[in-house]
Amino acid sequence: MHTYHQPQIETMPPEELRKLQDERLKAQVKHVYESVPHYRQLMDEKGVKPEDIRGVDDLWKLPFTSKADLRECYPDGMLAIPKSECVRIHSTSGTTGKRVIAYYNQHDIDLWEDCCARAIVAAGGSAEDVCQVCYGYGLFTGGFGLHGGSQKVGCLTLPMSSGNTARQIQFMQDLGATILCCTPSYAAYIGETVKEMGIKPEDLKLKAGIFGAEAWSDEMRADIEKSLGLKAYNIYGLTELSGPGVSFECEQQDGMHINEDHFIAEIIDPETGAVLPDGTQGELVFTAITRQAFPVIRYRTRDICVLHRGKCSCGRTFVKMGRPMGRTDDMLIIRGVNVFPSQIEAVLIQQGYSSNYQIVVDRVRNTDTFDVYVEMNPEQFSDAVRKITLHERALVEAMRSMLGISPSVHLVAPKSIARSEGKAVRVVDKRKI
Amino acid sequence: MAKTIDQISVFVENKAGSLVDITRILGDANIDIRAMSLADTADFGVLRMIVDRPDDAVLALRGNYCIVNVTKVIAVPITDTPGSLSKVLTLLADHDLFIEYSYAFITRQSKNAYVIFRLEDNEKAARVLMENGIVPASAEELSLI
Repeated sequence: MHTYHQPQIETMPPEELRKLQDERLKAQVKHVYESVPHYRQLMDEKGVKPEDIRGVDDLWKLPFTSKADLRECYPDGMLAIPKSECVRIHSTSGTTGKRVIAYYNQHDIDLWEDCCARAIVAAGGSAEDVCQVCYGYGLFTGGFGLHGGSQKVGCLTLPMSSGNTARQIQFMQDLGATILCCTPSYAAYIGETVKEMGIKPEDLKLKAGIFGAEAWSDEMRADIEKSLGLKAYNIYGLTELSGPGVSFECEQQDGMHINEDHFIAEIIDPETGAVLPDGTQGELVFTAITRQAFPVIRYRTRDICVLHRGKCSCGRTFVKMGRPMGRTDDMLIIRGVNVFPSQIEAVLIQQGYSSNYQIVVDRVRNTDTFDVYVEMNPEQFSDAVRKITLHERALVEAMRSMLGISPSVHLVAPKSIARSEGKAVRVVDKRKI
Repeated sequence: MAKTIDQISVFVENKAGSLVDITRILGDANIDIRAMSLADTADFGVLRMIVDRPDDAVLALRGNYCIVNVTKVIAVPITDTPGSLSKVLTLLADHDLFIEYSYAFITRQSKNAYVIFRLEDNEKAARVLMENGIVPASAEELSLI
């Protein structure tokens, strides 16, 4: 039996959903044109007026927006309603430049929390569940988003935030948490700690995990599922679009349903900007059609993925997006070859190494250096150097065949690569180009 | 009965202070190191040791997140006369016993030096040596020296 948070919307026939999107898009374009000078300017430059947009078919006529637009308008130039009507902000980490501030009115918070509630119900959540939220609370959207969604579902919500792993595990045991929400790297870390403490997965009551906010592989999913005894569901989102819950996995675990009543997705060629057909890999672009305070139009996510349309056995009619291969921001070009950290992670786990790794790229005498630091684990260790070296060579060979170039692999001591309780720092690019 | 003894091996990262950490952990746990050898590559090392209380040493090291394993080796007494090591090696070679690695140590109490051998088949090596009058040291004997 399938359950949904909002069954009429989540299983709406495609034609009806399209009509809903048409109406909402028209209204949204009018709203931003009238209230955000930056959008008016972008549309005027492209010679497109709100009345030219009669529905989703006209979406391509609209200009793209990107992080650069949002930064240019920092802190409130993209705000589309009076500030006095806003009730909250969230913000990106700003690690690659100026922060982006996203504003919400109560309507925006409600729709965001509904999106997260849909994800929790799709993972089997109900009012009977105890939901432990260990995404960070604060400016980061992870904590508040899943927290609000969990309360909407009626779960007993544990607002743990990230960190203090021993306390997380104590609450998990004492309160019988059934659903865990955090980043996949933190879930893996909790799994490792649980094992070290001598706790077996069957001693925990966890049944589902809702993990997102960073790229992860199917191999890492299998690892986490085993170590914590749960089924791991992917969730996707961006602060610019509200936060987690833009899309979520159902029990099929083969792609994330996009909440299309709120977000219209397109796939484009990142070079030319041309819209690509469903099933083609390209950059994901979103238009938020219901958000009022901070609506983004044709926002380029930098995420590379594929959209799949078609009936899902869960009954949801929303289009599914594949797991992003990584952000175009995360993608490294090393000696001219595209490398995604998620590919390296997949190889490490296949070869029996820890998924805790760091990639360091530098440029020495005009040549890129590519070093991968991997924590040694007991399974790969031997008293004979020859055997360790054989494993190491197999690892380098597997990376070469996956990526097309060979990294220098360095085996380092366990726990020596910085652990993050939020997002993992996987890449250090020292090149000054 | 073949006499093999326990050797502990520890993963050593190639950076300043790694060995200090390991020896301090053992010192704090009151473990006496009888013999050691460090195998190194450009990237990492493997510290192999014969200690007085291997089980306690493993617990102390693992408790400090070191990667440790325990392997069987044989400790062969070598008399202080020319040709005695060669005699042992010849015996091993004649029986197709492949040596993974070896290292030696001397003691004040005993007249002998000891050579630690890690072979593919320690049991067979110990048997061959004993049949030829060379008796590998037991853990008890080593703990007395």
